[in-house]
Amino acid sequence: MIGKIKNKLKEVNNRNLEQKRSDELYAIGALFDTPDEIMDAAGKTTEAGYEEFDVNTPYPVHGMDQAMKLKNTMVGKTTFIFGFLGTTAALLMIGWMSGIDYQNIIGGKPFFAIPPAIPITFELTVLLGGLATAGLMLTLFNRLPWINNPLHDTNYIKQTASDKFGLVIYAKDKNFNIATVEGFLQSIGGKSIEKINFFEVREDRVRTPIFDFKFIALLAVVTVVTAVTAYGILRYVLFLPPFDFMWKQEKVLPQEKSTFFADGFSMRPPVEGTVSRGYIPYEYQGLPDSVVTLLANPLPINAEVLAKGKQRFDTYCSPCHGYYGEGDSRLRGQFPNPPSLHTDKVRQWADGNIYHVITNGQNVMSSYAKQISRDDRWAIVHYIRALQRALNAKDEDLN
Amino acid sequence: MSFDSTYTRELPLVPERSSFKEIDDVIFRPVEEAPTRKWFIAITISSLALMIGAVALANTFYFGIGTWGNNSTVGWGFGIVNFVFWIGIGHAGTLISAILYLFRQRWRTGIARFAEAMTIFAVITAGIFPVIHTGRPWLAAYLIPYPNQNSIWVNFNSPLLWDVFAVSTYFTISFVFWSVGLIPDIAAMRDRASGIKKRIYTVLSLGWRNSNRHWQHYERAYLILAGLSTPLVLSVHTIVSFDFAVAILPGWHTTIFPPYFVAGAIFSGFGMVATVLIILRKVYDMEHIITLDHLEKMCKILLATGSMVGYAYCMEFFMAWYSGYIFEQFVFINRAFGPYAWAYWTMFSCNVIFPQLFWFKKIRRNIPIMMLLVILVNVGMWFERFVIVVTSLHRDFLPSSWAMFYPTWTDLALLLGSFGFFFTCVLLFVKVLPSISLAELKAVTENAQPTHKHHH
Repeated sequence: MIGKIKNKLKEVNNRNLEQKRSDELYAIGALFDTPDEIMDAAGKTTEAGYEEFDVNTPYPVHGMDQAMKLKNTMVGKTTFIFGFLGTTAALLMIGWMSGIDYQNIIGGKPFFAIPPAIPITFELTVLLGGLATAGLMLTLFNRLPWINNPLHDTNYIKQTASDKFGLVIYAKDKNFNIATVEGFLQSIGGKSIEKINFFEVREDRVRTPIFDFKFIALLAVVTVVTAVTAYGILRYVLFLPPFDFMWKQEKVLPQEKSTFFADGFSMRPPVEGTVSRGYIPYEYQGLPDSVVTLLANPLPINAEVLAKGKQRFDTYCSPCHGYYGEGDSRLRGQFPNPPSLHTDKVRQWADGNIYHVITNGQNVMSSYAKQISRDDRWAIVHYIRALQRALNAKDEDLN
Repeated sequence: MSFDSTYTRELPLVPERSSFKEIDDVIFRPVEEAPTRKWFIAITISSLALMIGAVALANTFYFGIGTWGNNSTVGWGFGIVNFVFWIGIGHAGTLISAILYLFRQRWRTGIARFAEAMTIFAVITAGIFPVIHTGRPWLAAYLIPYPNQNSIWVNFNSPLLWDVFAVSTYFTISFVFWSVGLIPDIAAMRDRASGIKKRIYTVLSLGWRNSNRHWQHYERAYLILAGLSTPLVLSVHTIVSFDFAVAILPGWHTTIFPPYFVAGAIFSGFGMVATVLIILRKVYDMEHIITLDHLEKMCKILLATGSMVGYAYCMEFFMAWYSGYIFEQFVFINRAFGPYAWAYWTMFSCNVIFPQLFWFKKIRRNIPIMMLLVILVNVGMWFERFVIVVTSLHRDFLPSSWAMFYPTWTDLALLLGSFGFFFTCVLLFVKVLPSISLAELKAVTENAQPTHKHHH
């Protein structure tokens, strides 16, 4: 059963491969046995004035281009042009992308410089030069692909692909005449002279199928499909599951409700008794402000400390106490105005008492221990002393 | 291209012109005949290795690269070691096909096609590793500068990006070079084939008809492609070495890296080409095409490049001492005498000491010993990359973060799989395409070129 199908397929294949030929003559070919003979034959053919002829050999025969009087190939110039195009394109691309459009400081280096651009410039030069060389050599210079050339499937071409050297004169040559050409080929020593006719289907007239509308349309469709697919994947598909795992992870975010913890918070409070780094307990914590503390101000009085104190006082204290501690709140009565810091009571307090009020709070005023560091609170105390003295200057202060 | 008859002495293959047919038969035999038992055994082994690698790859994709032995100290493990190793293997192919072509070394003809195919498969194998090493291979398109939704461009100052361009250009040009070389041979196969095979070869040959009007352009293009590939192959491993040398890590940050890597790449590549050719010529009875002379010449190149690599190893030590930079000195002493000393000395003996045996002609012409030595070269060059990557990383500046690298089964299976992939590709290539360049080989046989009696 399988054997039958196989045979059938083989039959169909072979049938399709054997194309019928028309009566119109395409060329006459002759075979030669040695490279010396073919060189000789090629030279004589040019001398006889034939122009539309070709020599087919299983490998390039040295000196044949002179014998056939071929012009020098332009492949080298193509490589140069496209290689140069690659260099230019690479430099422009890198220059624009990293020098202009997306400036990024990388290791303090210039946005665009020649040395780091050299590797990619070189690679693109080679890439474009190489692709153009191979691509244009085949399509532009050799007019390939041309798989239904009438020479194919003849004894002539099969022999020359293996161990014979062939010379073919095309019917389109201006001196072509069947009898003369046959006689000429015999006279230069050609064997197995073969008349090669056109295929019945004259597709060979379309020299380069790559310029065929269907082929170009196919290319266009492939290009569009590839581009749309690539764009779709990069723009949409990669944002769908499972590729969204980076931003849709199995974890709770700070403000989210937790179903795991009994209290419903996803943020966890620190363990009981946790203290923060550098925490020093305050021994008068929670005692009324009337308590007399024995703490002395550990900071020296100098411009730096006073500047710090002023900055902190202006930030945290002045909204209620006013910039000069006179109790002139900027809060326009939203809170009860605090008493002035220039009362006798406050003036006669020890430094430790003022510190205690800032740390512990008093009446409506809450504790500022969390917002203001220990040293900054002591700096504020120094600054308050300076304010008090400024509003109550003694005579000697004027000197 | 000139085929001076003096070069053809290198290949006293077929004294009579009439035996071009015999060359056809020998070269096309593996393609046209049904696969032999030997071939089936070989492809069973290689595809089994490939399957094991595929399982490891699936494991990597499913669980992530946490399944590898990499850790936060040794962030580059087998992934990068295998990448550099396989890229290096590819270099011999281009060297044989392009550089030896420019130097008119006619003996290359018998092995060039095969070496080029090895280049292509080795570069594909290599290319897999950096992509899977990123952990998210489906985002590999980000390596290409394309206008994207984030309005950002790639970092053109990074050697890792240069690598992307170098390796992809290298693959493309090698593939083009190889394909251009294949066209006339496929055309010759087309003219012998029938049925579906003929159909396929007809399309692949592009309708090539051995015209001398075509050969003229073809040969010039081939020469130019060889000329372009030569600086390209040097640039590729130079840029791969920049991945290390541009970093400021002691043990990596050295200017000797580019030449050292290129020499090492050619060395390892020739090791691999020799390994495979020794087997291939036996399996396909091609001893008179891939001759002992070819292998002997390859041994000489192995000796030369192995000595260059040895010079680089010694020079690295000298520079570490001469620089007076204690961290560099520490890295090198740690390499040779630290916990990875076994890897270092494996590398040193396989790459530098054993190839010195190739000074003796008897050893260069003794297939079993040669086979052993070239396999050791492969082992040694894999360990060279391991030593460079792992020993430079595992003891960094902070002793508290010192760590060891232990490969997991996934690492080892991926390494095995890479060999499986490579050899499966090689075996399939040998089965479907001519593994020796027919047209080039015919052109260099005795009496293949005219004697210039008539035309000058």
